[in-house]
Amino acid sequence: MNELAITVIGRDRPGIVADVAEVLARLGANLTDSTMTRLRGHFAMTLICTGPDAAEVETALTPLAAEGQLLATVRAVTPDGEVAPAGEPYVLAVHGSDRMGIVAAMTRVLVDAGGNVTDLSTRLAGSLYVVLAEVELPSGVAEAVIGRLHRTAAELGVEVTLRPADPDLL
Amino acid sequence: MSDGRSGPDAGRDVEAYAGLGDWTPESLAVAGEVRAVVSAPHPVLSRAGDEVDPTAEETVRLAADLVATMRVSPGCVGLAAPQVGVAARVFAVDVTGHPKAVTVHGTFVLCNARVVEATRWKPGREGCMSVPDLTGDVKRASRLVVEGDLPGTGAAVRLVTDGFEARALQHEIDHCAGLLFLDRVAGAHAVYQRKVYL
Repeated sequence: MNELAITVIGRDRPGIVADVAEVLARLGANLTDSTMTRLRGHFAMTLICTGPDAAEVETALTPLAAEGQLLATVRAVTPDGEVAPAGEPYVLAVHGSDRMGIVAAMTRVLVDAGGNVTDLSTRLAGSLYVVLAEVELPSGVAEAVIGRLHRTAAELGVEVTLRPADPDLL
Repeated sequence: MSDGRSGPDAGRDVEAYAGLGDWTPESLAVAGEVRAVVSAPHPVLSRAGDEVDPTAEETVRLAADLVATMRVSPGCVGLAAPQVGVAARVFAVDVTGHPKAVTVHGTFVLCNARVVEATRWKPGREGCMSVPDLTGDVKRASRLVVEGDLPGTGAAVRLVTDGFEARALQHEIDHCAGLLFLDRVAGAHAVYQRKVYL
């Protein structure tokens, strides 16, 4: 079974998701995980599907890109094997005046502690910059990481919080 | 709406409602059997459960089975009849010992339960035994008044609770209405792959 990673990026208009999904359904490609959002007004969608081969999907998506407003890429990917055990889940929130290097500096603190970002979104609204990330940390390091995040945030002149995001099983 | 005296409840005597009293699962006087828990997309999870006769033998047996199944399921604080494949408005809850619990009523089973007051809504991330691979951010009332009937005696009860027990009750009452937490998640990016912990 082919697993394909597809990205569709470009000028937003109503109907792109339906158009892309229709093309995939027609080809017998099964849409599995996907995410779509608008980034500063640009349509941005990333999805994984299984089924046909990459060239066939790329050809079928070409008409969507014909007006030059959308760019679709398709590539075959290898299905992930066993997923490594996760760490403890946290949500990182950063906000403050926009400047270079906020994401780089804050995520470096996480990586250096053995952490992993599993979801990220950033927004610039006027001069306000906002970072939200789902993070997994190795057991027992959170307190030290919070200290380091605060020092880094102080250097950057931004605010940071890191809070546990463990779910309650009901 | 908030007084819960409108709609189907209109005319019911407020004084008829009491707390759990001395009700315990043992008062069912039936040994519960552990039942298999079904997972979404099983259709029974998306169907509103039927109202039950709380004094009927089958309801008492179902109540005992829910308690037994909840007790053998690690980390389980609540289980509704649809989760064991029965489209009925019956559920068991027990948040005893949970670190986030404030008010705790111990182990109990309610039939035909409904929310009559829900205030102080708070977001929280929840998972469900019947949706084993996903979690989601859901707003729930942290102050709650619920009315229902006790299995066996059929006594009408009115429970006032908060915090984690309130969240659990809303989750189970949703199950009885054919709703999953997925029906209430906060937005398109508020569902997460459940993590496999170390």
